[in-house]
Amino acid sequence: MERGTWKVKAGLAQMLKGGVIMDVVTPEHAKIAQEAGACAVMALERVPADIRAAGGVARMADPTVIEAIMKAVSIPVMAKCRIGHFVEAQALEALGVDYLDESEVLTPADESHHIWKHDFKVPFVCGCRDLGEALRRIGEGAAMIRTKGEAGTGNIVEAVRHMRAVMGGIRQLVSTPQEELMAQAKEIGAPFELVAEIHNTGKLPVVNFAAGGVATPADAALMMQLGADGVFVGSGIFKSSNPEVMAKAIVKATTHFQDPEIIAEVSKKLGEAMPGLDIKQIPTEELLAPRGW
Amino acid sequence: MRIGVLASQGAFAEHIAILRQLEVEALPVRLLQGLRGLDGLIIPGGESTSISRLMLAYNLVTEIRELAKNGLPIFGTCAGMILLANKISDLDAEPIGVMDITVRRNAFGRQTDSFETELKIPVLGEKPFPGIFIRAPLIEQAGSEVEILARLANGTDVAAKQGKLLACAFHPELTNDLRFHQYFLDIVSGRQ
Repeated sequence: MERGTWKVKAGLAQMLKGGVIMDVVTPEHAKIAQEAGACAVMALERVPADIRAAGGVARMADPTVIEAIMKAVSIPVMAKCRIGHFVEAQALEALGVDYLDESEVLTPADESHHIWKHDFKVPFVCGCRDLGEALRRIGEGAAMIRTKGEAGTGNIVEAVRHMRAVMGGIRQLVSTPQEELMAQAKEIGAPFELVAEIHNTGKLPVVNFAAGGVATPADAALMMQLGADGVFVGSGIFKSSNPEVMAKAIVKATTHFQDPEIIAEVSKKLGEAMPGLDIKQIPTEELLAPRGW
Repeated sequence: MRIGVLASQGAFAEHIAILRQLEVEALPVRLLQGLRGLDGLIIPGGESTSISRLMLAYNLVTEIRELAKNGLPIFGTCAGMILLANKISDLDAEPIGVMDITVRRNAFGRQTDSFETELKIPVLGEKPFPGIFIRAPLIEQAGSEVEILARLANGTDVAAKQGKLLACAFHPELTNDLRFHQYFLDIVSGRQ
């Protein structure tokens, strides 16, 4: 009997596919998310929109918050640690969380190095903006990938940009001749073995969710049609005017992403979605996606 | 042979890929009309609460229960096994409830307790089967009509068959071993 193997780490992400992972800050939120059909929750002290508004240094959540959420629901509970902060990761692993997000939403602890994730029994999900970044994280041991998007904005444009970059990168590798793969690996800054694997299989070796800007059922279905395996919804649920209704609608839209009649039906009477931000109005130094490399 | 794979949420694509390797027509099922004309149905691994909410929202629970009672072969893996069981601890949702088994969810603990182990499954032959257990359930009790197909070394029951219903706590869909799916297809075709 062997615990913490690559298969069980990547396998849990496979079980989350077609589902919605929701940011929650209280046990009550977590219960609403589970009741709505979320496949997992991300336990936080503040949703990204509030982290963005608060400024300062954002760190891992207080373990009492995470433990209370773990007690409240039976679905998997994820938590965030800072990029490169392997001690926060060790502490969260010790708490027994089911997945760790090494996240650009928190203030990075290391601007040069991400966590060496193979050393952990708990699986990691990491953000990416393109295929090279995704493969660097997988090389370090991420068992699941998500697009970064731009968290806390309620604006899908960056998530779309990043998903298109990842999927386009895969299509390009598939059509790259064998003898050019090494140069491609150098070009995108990715481990050669993973580049060669994608050339042969035509897909990422791990599950890839969309994140960072999903605010409506149509946003979720858009990301699914662009090739996401599932979606993270951060501020989009509990910053909307009717979280229960919004949560259920996004869950249904993620399952039925190819069914326009269902998307139309679940988009009715949702109340106000979270307030959105125009990315161009955000000062460059306040953007989250460029954190990490 | 047409096999439906419930695609509300979870690892349905992996089941479809294995069925296609076995040269069977495999279709994702999300709505009632997808249940028509099937020779068998697979309920995949995933999050059982999530799958059950989506099944209820689109009226699939009652229909699948009726199909099972009328003899449709169904194979449930992990979350699928939970939803087939007629007694489940800690699930505040309506299961399909057609197998006479009592199932405990997340029975081995949280994700860091997830594990791999080799299983002896006599109906699949001598060669051990790769058992991948992810936040897995276990079978606490089984009725007299239920045949236990696999046990862990400590005696825990992890796979069962009752008539044309098949269930396991692990994930054959995450392996390259096609024998469990072939065994289900043999049930569908009446060879088992």
